[in-house]
This record gives sequence, structure tokens and C-alpha cells, in this order.
Amino acid sequence: MSADDPFAQLDWGSQAFDPEKIAALMCTRAHAAFLGMHYHAHGNDWIELALPWRADLAGVAETGVFASGPIISLLDNATSMSVWCRSGAFRPQATLDLRVDYMRAATRGATIIGRGECYQVKRSVAFVRGIAHDGDPADPVAHVAGTFMLTGPTP
Amino acid sequence: MTLEEQMAALPPYALSMGMFVERIEAGAAVLAFDFSERVLGRPGFVHGGAISGLLEMAAFAALRAELARRGSLARIKPVNLSVEFMRGAGATRTFALGRVTRAGRRIANLSATAWQDDPAKPVASAWMNVLLAA
Repeated sequence: MSADDPFAQLDWGSQAFDPEKIAALMCTRAHAAFLGMHYHAHGNDWIELALPWRADLAGVAETGVFASGPIISLLDNATSMSVWCRSGAFRPQATLDLRVDYMRAATRGATIIGRGECYQVKRSVAFVRGIAHDGDPADPVAHVAGTFMLTGPTP
Repeated sequence: MTLEEQMAALPPYALSMGMFVERIEAGAAVLAFDFSERVLGRPGFVHGGAISGLLEMAAFAALRAELARRGSLARIKPVNLSVEFMRGAGATRTFALGRVTRAGRRIANLSATAWQDDPAKPVASAWMNVLLAA
């Protein structure tokens, strides 16, 4: 970890958890920054991240449609952060599994919104679900369900 | 398909992520990317989404080889996938190999495994279903 890594600035034990601040900070680094993710909105147990369309993230050069890889990454991050929203604290965790169903191809040029919701947190495992859409939440591009292992000391 | 043909079939996303065809093993393409800021998740570890993307590209490469053997021009449309993460993927090269479990006329069932130093110690695996569109 480099000294200027925003991750190093995070207070892992903080009780005052600000999802917008954390999400904005995490989107300035590494894979999320490379893909161009940014904070969109949040609630008590959910968060939305946005992923603007880019030609170099296409899954098919001719159509320019988003590859599914960046959508998985978006949903991984959104569902991951939703666990912290529900917990009200920033805790270390690792993705145990993710299942993604693709309803349709995303519209070329449209920003994708990834919404992650944490519906249960237990001692060792957090359960999440969510969707990705490109403007209309009622017509999603993808659905996700997954689990995270809480890797830190149990509170 | 040759290594060059598999490389040429990789989409913009795969190339942007630094993915490449590392070798052809028993007719199947082994894909890889090196550790970099682009694929970094939590400090020191590869992002789960980046690994998922590599798994998917490896599975598609296996399917492309099968379609090429059949002389099929079908397009691949992802339906779903499920990824399991076995261990943290550290600061080194990550590999992935895909397999075609079954390829019918309209649906193909695929799987893929990713590893780093030892193929016997996978970092992640996935299954996926795709539609074959005319």
C-alpha cells in the first residue's frame, strides 16, 4: 500500500460512517477509478454508484455495448458498500460469491447505475442483492445476488 | 484457434484491462493479466470484479474455439454467471482457463477457473450460461 493510497486514510474503526465520503474516496483509486465509477446516492441499507459509458470498456467493438465485466465490478462495489451502509461502520470484508443475471444489453452511451442493497448482516456473512440499470430501474440491465465474508474481528 | 486468432477476438474491455492470451493449452486459450492499478481492489489484492471479467473472457475464448471448430458464426450473449472466490488474489499475474460444459444450438454452459502461482490452488471459479444468437 502506498502512502498516498486513499485506503490508508480510511478510519476502519470509525463509528461515524459517511457512505458518500467513503464511496467518493474509493472511486479515486485502483480498479474503480480505472473504470470511472462515482458515487450516485445512498440510504440506510443501500448505495448507488454510477458508471459512465466508455468505448474502451465495450464487450463487442462493433456495437460498443458495455462488456459485462465492468457491470460485475460496479455491482461488486455497490453491494460491498451497502454492507457498510447497513452496518453503519466500515469493516474489512471479502467477496464470497456473486451471481449476476443479465436481462438485456445496456444501451450504448448510457451511464449505468449500480444499486447494491444489504438485506442481512450476520456475525461472519453479509447478504446482498441489487440491480444495474441505464435510466429506468423498472427495466434493469442486470440483477445481482451475493455474499461477503466479514474478515475483521467480530464486534 | 491459434493464439493470434484468440488474441484478435478479445474485445476492447479485455484489452483495456491488460488481458492477453498467455498460451494455448490442449487447444484452449489461457488468458492472463498482470497485477496493476487497473485491476487493484483492496490494497495488495486483485479486485473481484476484475477476476470475474477475466473468468468470463476465458469462458468466451473456450466457446469461440468450439464455435470455430463447428464453423458456427453465432454471437455470444451472456445470460448469467456465478462467481465463487476461494482466496485473495495477490500482487502477481492472474491466469484463467475456460471450459465448454455443453454447447447446444441455442444455449452453451460454460465454466472457468482462475489461479495465480499454482493451478491447483484456484483464486476463483465461475459457471455461466450464454445464448447463441444467429
